[in-house]
Amino acid sequence: MANMEYNVPSERWPAHPETATLEGKNKFIGFWTFLAGETALFASLFATYLALKDSVPSDDHLLAADLFQLELAFVMTMFLLTSSLTSVYAVYHMRNNNFSKMQLWLGITVLLGLGFLALEIYEFIEYTHLGHTFRSSAFGSAFYFLIGTHAFHVCIGLVWITLLILRNAKRGLSVYTAAKVNTAALYWHFIDVVWIFIFTIVYLLGVM
Amino acid sequence: MASATKKRGVGPVIWDYMTTVDHKKIAILYLIAGGFFFALGGIEAMLIRIQLAVPNNDFLSAGLFNEVITMHGTTMIFLAAMPLLFAFMNATVPLQIGARDVAFPFLNSLGVWLFIFGGIFLNLSWFMGGAPDAGWTSYASLSIKSPGHGIDFYALGLQIAGAGTLISGINFVTTIISMRAPGMTYMRMPLMTWTTLVASVLIVFAFPPLTIGLFLLTFDRMFGSSFFLVETGGNTIIWEHLFWIFGHPEVYILILPAFGIFSEIFATFARKRLFGYSAMVFATVLIGFFGFMVWAHHMFTVGLGPTANAIFSVATMAIAVPTGIKIFNWIFTIWGGSIEFTTPMLYALAFIPSFVMGGVTGIMQAAAPADYQYHDSYFIVAHFHYVIVGGVVFGLLAGLHYYWPLMFGTMLSEKLGKISFVLFVAGFHMTFLIQHFLGLWGMPRRVFTYLDGQGYNTSNMISTVGALMMAVAVIILLINIIITVAKNQKVGRDPWGDGRTLEWSLPLPVPHYNFAQTPLIRGLDAYWIEKKENDGKMMPAESLDDFHMPNNSIIPFVISLGLFVAAFGALHFASGKEWAIDAVSDLPQHPWALWVLILGLAIVFISMGVRSWKDDLGYYVTKEEVLKDLEEQERGAK
Amino acid sequence: MKNRWMNAKWIGLISVLMVFLSGCGKNHLSTLRPAGEVGQEQFNLMLLSIIIMILVILVVVVLFTFALTKSRRSKVGEDFEPKDVAGNHTLEVIWTSIPILLLIILAIPTIYFTFKQADTQAMETEDGELNSEEVIVNVTAHQYWWEFEYPNQEVVTSQELVVPTDTKVYFNLHGADVKHSFWVPAAGGKMDTNIDGINSFYLVFDDEKAQDSERLFNGKCAELCGPSHALMDFKVKALPQEEYDQWLADMKAVEEPAQASADDAAEGQGIFNNSCIGCHAVTPQGAGAQGPNLANFGDRDLIAGYLEHNKENLVDWISDPESLKPGNKMTGAYDLSEEEIDKVAEYLMGLNVEEGSGDVSALEEDDEESSEEDSSEEGGN
Repeated sequence: MANMEYNVPSERWPAHPETATLEGKNKFIGFWTFLAGETALFASLFATYLALKDSVPSDDHLLAADLFQLELAFVMTMFLLTSSLTSVYAVYHMRNNNFSKMQLWLGITVLLGLGFLALEIYEFIEYTHLGHTFRSSAFGSAFYFLIGTHAFHVCIGLVWITLLILRNAKRGLSVYTAAKVNTAALYWHFIDVVWIFIFTIVYLLGVM
Repeated sequence: MASATKKRGVGPVIWDYMTTVDHKKIAILYLIAGGFFFALGGIEAMLIRIQLAVPNNDFLSAGLFNEVITMHGTTMIFLAAMPLLFAFMNATVPLQIGARDVAFPFLNSLGVWLFIFGGIFLNLSWFMGGAPDAGWTSYASLSIKSPGHGIDFYALGLQIAGAGTLISGINFVTTIISMRAPGMTYMRMPLMTWTTLVASVLIVFAFPPLTIGLFLLTFDRMFGSSFFLVETGGNTIIWEHLFWIFGHPEVYILILPAFGIFSEIFATFARKRLFGYSAMVFATVLIGFFGFMVWAHHMFTVGLGPTANAIFSVATMAIAVPTGIKIFNWIFTIWGGSIEFTTPMLYALAFIPSFVMGGVTGIMQAAAPADYQYHDSYFIVAHFHYVIVGGVVFGLLAGLHYYWPLMFGTMLSEKLGKISFVLFVAGFHMTFLIQHFLGLWGMPRRVFTYLDGQGYNTSNMISTVGALMMAVAVIILLINIIITVAKNQKVGRDPWGDGRTLEWSLPLPVPHYNFAQTPLIRGLDAYWIEKKENDGKMMPAESLDDFHMPNNSIIPFVISLGLFVAAFGALHFASGKEWAIDAVSDLPQHPWALWVLILGLAIVFISMGVRSWKDDLGYYVTKEEVLKDLEEQERGAK
Repeated sequence: MKNRWMNAKWIGLISVLMVFLSGCGKNHLSTLRPAGEVGQEQFNLMLLSIIIMILVILVVVVLFTFALTKSRRSKVGEDFEPKDVAGNHTLEVIWTSIPILLLIILAIPTIYFTFKQADTQAMETEDGELNSEEVIVNVTAHQYWWEFEYPNQEVVTSQELVVPTDTKVYFNLHGADVKHSFWVPAAGGKMDTNIDGINSFYLVFDDEKAQDSERLFNGKCAELCGPSHALMDFKVKALPQEEYDQWLADMKAVEEPAQASADDAAEGQGIFNNSCIGCHAVTPQGAGAQGPNLANFGDRDLIAGYLEHNKENLVDWISDPESLKPGNKMTGAYDLSEEEIDKVAEYLMGLNVEEGSGDVSALEEDDEESSEEDSSEEGGN
């Protein structure tokens, strides 16, 4: 009975399937509210980082300008920006009721996200070898906490989208699953926006 | 599926409450758990007052005293006041806006269980090596130095409970934006709903800074970072900023819903619509907005410099204006009305002068140079108890009496209610009024004792006697509750007789689906309009049909339990490690800590995965079932 | 019902008035008995705000009482149906604008005094050196004691702050272990001793007011700093300028530890030098020690910051500091027998700085010299 309500035939497929049901609409509003809270969370993190970015116990500790490679950060930015774009494609196909293309673009999004994560892990390992760790200085703590929280969000996003791809593989597209995909995509965009701030405030300002 | 009228054993009832997603049952969970922690915090308050009754007392040792004050503050704010407000928000808001439940019933359940497990975790510190002892503000330099695991319990317990609060905040914002019945425009929402909306928005923006602050503390104490360790470049003032960026809005998160409760009560028991409704709404929003711009007035003596102090002084004074607007509008609501002195109304009336006194001392502190004297003295203790007890606790007690019939279908005894009211209000003023003077005479706050001959003796004794009166009042209230529950005399629809808002239009006990048909709202005080202009029945906005309700779930309980388990892992992670801070590096090592942490988090993430994987489409309440209920109500009314 | 409630209020009010009439607190520790310029300004600001606030309370209480008595159901009748009033625009404007006016009246002096009292420019000369003309004290707060250093004279003392009257005394505040807060209620508001940096402010002690409280004021720690936060008191001795100069000169003159004369005390000195000197200096130099400086211990007014100054208390303190100041850093740092403790106490009680032993003029010359030295160094760089 319930499934009948969610499985809308393709000729009546709404322009915005993600908010076609009350649950979908709630999800949409609720998730934006959650993102407002996330914004406050990252704002606090950025403030903490800015307060501590030059705080090291002694002169022999490396600071931002000695560590950061803009090239690497730029490549990472490109990975994440592109993945945001591919998730837009996925949502586009979701709205056009094209399930297989939606799944494909979601898959590409996950791959790009994984690429980003791999580069980030490489970056962290490099820094650790140079003696810049979570425990080495207040700067280190603040750096890894900010970037690490973002990376944690990336991980959550990747697991979430992967889970959606798998669980929806059998179920197909309905106004019920559409709301889920849209929410995950929103989350992914948010992660991307936060990274742009990280790239500017941490990396660009760090090397300048 | 969930017709709750049948008699059931204890086991199924407990299981029902563990898995419930019904906002009315969650309200009861909040009320019971919040009430328990309120009693706990009250006992701690009594211990404090006994210790301070006479100079040089040794009833509590210095260290234990600091644990008691820390737990008193933390418990009262996070585990008593806020959950009790959530109890009334849950009990009323969906009914006031004509919704069948909140927007996210599953998250509502998650919120309450996170709070309960966070609260239990925090209080387990008493039995597991000592409670936190750095004050409820837990300023970083002292909290980093504090030996043992007390502060760890604080950081982790509040993190869990705080996550629950944040989730509930998001839930209420969405519910109020999205779930209003047809005709319930924003400017027709009852004040309780409005204040809940604004308080929830404050929660959404204020709790994340606390989350970050607590993480910084957790990482420093348990994972070896150096955010607050000055030797490695840390800065302890960051904690103070993050804490108060949360802490000041928190004050408004507490007081705004209490304002909402009072607004409902004034209108009901003066039989008169709220005076200046739109000004009240505007003032509520303005208070919420200003609430974020004044946090540094808690830090005037930190040395932020004259420019910051001057700006925050003026901003703080500005908050007085919308608060004043509210006070005058309440007075003019009862002006020319027909006041019935019920217990909730008495609390509401006592609130006005009490809260005004707390408010004016607040403005006195806004003057930074004068605050250099008040700060961290008993003057401050008096001030915030005047606003929090005289505002929030009066609001909670008023709400408890007022909404009791809505939540339980019975009435608390008015006679006992009035006795405990008199004792509580008299005891409250006796306890705290004198503390203003103690502060001005140079008595710092958070002192475990004071020396003889400083002129503090009599005043402290008066304060303690007042506190005893409040304790007696609370005991009488408890007796009242027990008697009422034992008698179980059911009351019917609109038990106060003067209900104005939508929740009173419902039959008692409220059916689990709230509204048989979603009502049509024709104006402010929707039920009152139908009573005066019609037959006193809400007009339906939809035809009687099957409708959709959410399924119960145990997953919220399991997720909360997972975090509870993980917290024990985190707690012991740094014990005895060479990189750990001095406070815990001497403790015995616990190699299992990491595994417990991983286990707990695994429970959390697997439960979340299961939740995401399963289709949870809810169930349908059929037309026949609703019709049967309506018939029964009809018969009951006769 | 209402009557009972009103009665309770009256009883409350009367008891409050009684307490209020009993005084404004003690001369040496009440904010309501300001003993100098800073405290006086803050007191005036308090008075201004209290007057405004009493006005507000009066208006509210009058309106409230009137509304309450006028609109009781027992008076207006059970069947009375009040008229629903949506609101009143004029009234809203009135009770928005009048509070704004009142707040402006309060805000102007607030801003003025906030900037005035934060003005510590005089502490430094134009080229950024410590100004030797001014009275400057570096305060370091420890769990649970206070160190006071006079950087211009290179004199260190602890627990008892000595200041001159009728002049601005500038303070540099710092916390050594955790955050404390430096508060002399009679002289003026508090300021935190952060562990992250140095805060500066000034206080003034009027000579007349100092005489009223026998030249001794109470100081307190106002920020929770651990178990013995309540016991972290100190004394402020406010002396006329000449006496203050003489005191500094006397302290300055102590370059060698005073030799104990009596036998017991001499033995005590030996024990002290073995067990205690690692933390406690007995000459008034060397800021930043682990424990309080004891150079003028015999002259002090209190033991451990809050006990009466006698040998008995001192013996108790050395025997079991934990029972007197829980959480202190001295407990367990030494192992002395009862007899030894008695001798150490004997020695400490005799640690006086001889009055008039120092040469005040030398103090001034010294200042000049040091500032000249400083400036020549500056030039060299």
